[in-house]
Amino acid sequence: MNVFGHVISWPQLYGQLLIGLINGSFYALLSLGLAVIFGMLTIVNFAHGAFYMMGAFGAYFLLKLAGLDYWWALILSPFAIGAIGAIVERLFLKRLVGLDPLYSLLLTFGLALIFQGLFQNFFGASGLPYAIPKQLSGAYNLGFMFLPVYRGWVIVASMVVSFGTWLVIEKTKLGAYLRAATENPTMVRAFGINVPRMVTLTYGFGVALAAFAGVLAAPINQVRPGMGADIIAVVFAVVVIGGMGSIMGSILTGFVLGVVEGLTKVFYPEASNTVVFVIMAIVLLIRPAGLFGRAS
Amino acid sequence: MPEAAFAQTPAAVLKLKGLQAWYNESHILHGVDLDVREGELVTLLGRNGAGKTTTLKSIMGIVGKRSGSITFHDRELIHLSIDRIARLGVALCPEERAIFASLSVKENLFLPPEIAKTGAMTADRIFTLFPNLRERLSSGGGKLSGGEQQMLAIARILRTGARFLMLDEPTEGLAPVIIQQIGRTIAELKREGFTILLVEQNFRFAATIADRFFVMGHGRIIDAFANSELPGKMDMLHEALGV
Repeated sequence: MNVFGHVISWPQLYGQLLIGLINGSFYALLSLGLAVIFGMLTIVNFAHGAFYMMGAFGAYFLLKLAGLDYWWALILSPFAIGAIGAIVERLFLKRLVGLDPLYSLLLTFGLALIFQGLFQNFFGASGLPYAIPKQLSGAYNLGFMFLPVYRGWVIVASMVVSFGTWLVIEKTKLGAYLRAATENPTMVRAFGINVPRMVTLTYGFGVALAAFAGVLAAPINQVRPGMGADIIAVVFAVVVIGGMGSIMGSILTGFVLGVVEGLTKVFYPEASNTVVFVIMAIVLLIRPAGLFGRAS
Repeated sequence: MPEAAFAQTPAAVLKLKGLQAWYNESHILHGVDLDVREGELVTLLGRNGAGKTTTLKSIMGIVGKRSGSITFHDRELIHLSIDRIARLGVALCPEERAIFASLSVKENLFLPPEIAKTGAMTADRIFTLFPNLRERLSSGGGKLSGGEQQMLAIARILRTGARFLMLDEPTEGLAPVIIQQIGRTIAELKREGFTILLVEQNFRFAATIADRFFVMGHGRIIDAFANSELPGKMDMLHEALGV
């Protein structure tokens, strides 16, 4: 194939599609967490990338300090970082309820810089290695390409967690509380539900999703203080494209944009770092509320 | 038994003493005294802005700041949070009905958790009271007519087991035939022993079902009387309500 003067081979195309799906997996998990948090708290959580990074460091610490392997980290790290998120909500974000969203934006942005700075101070800017668990090492031969097992696992794990979250929010009683409280928190409280606690747990859950993505990323990207800052700009673009607060929108947009980015690397590599932002600009012009968002 | 002397007047379920309430800087209630007895239907009357809705919201805990005393079954509510008050069996059906548009009718109906094991209405009983709701269960909450919304809003709090209901203008903006249906339902609830505090602009509607009336003006109670005293109060009411 010859496109824009580039000679493209099929293995190259499949390879980039796979990388796109993997990036999409991270975009989906991260933008889903942002959408969950935005829906319930109407805050844009700029600390999300930092929590993603802390999730990866959580896996690193669990291994180095407690000898707990990847599978433990997959559960314990999101739990611990989610708990830190819940504390942040209780101590700081809670006090900003009802104020201009700019305050929570500045607060979470500040927190992100502090967290990232602290980790950079203690661990330097370069990456710490984290090995692929041996159950997930190796590769499958799919006939037309080799699929590293770990990469396949990341895609599957991300899809299961993302759609599981969607299912809980859209189809369960707990999800009905969340949706109702998003619409009218006072009325939900007047039915006897402790909405402030629900808000804290929701924030903790959104943060835990970011940490989960961080643990998934640890064996792929190494564990680096700057890993959150690198990915978060794209993730915000994904959220804007999908529509703030739309759960399914954020998941689908995450996967699709990952793939679009991967394909751009094949057909027009020069644009691969900007294509998401170009799409964002176009979407903002045509549908300011995002592809899946409801105009308010 | 000393209680025998009070056999004619059931115990007060709700008592307000010197209740004051504020929204931000505006002082809305200036000392409201009111009581509602077990099984009674009490109606709050008053012009717009007299403080009727704020009184209900203050009881529920939905105002910026309040002071004075609100006792419910002899328990002080003034410092409790909204959800704690709800769990004690106080239920509010707000003026705006507050049906969740992003939830189906069924989800709306079953959203409030049961706060009491006894006294909660079964779904079947609710569908007997409001047959229309059964057919609309899978509709979105935002797709209902005003009358259906009102029925759902009332049905929703009957399912919880709360025995004290506050209904804020349940007939507002509804067609006469729907108003009649709501009226029959409220009368039925009263027969079943619910204690009801009703805010109503529609004075004719209230007169048919209320045991007692409290009239509000400028954040205070300016008169209170039983339904039997109503004929003698008509002039005062015309004055106070502008009807």
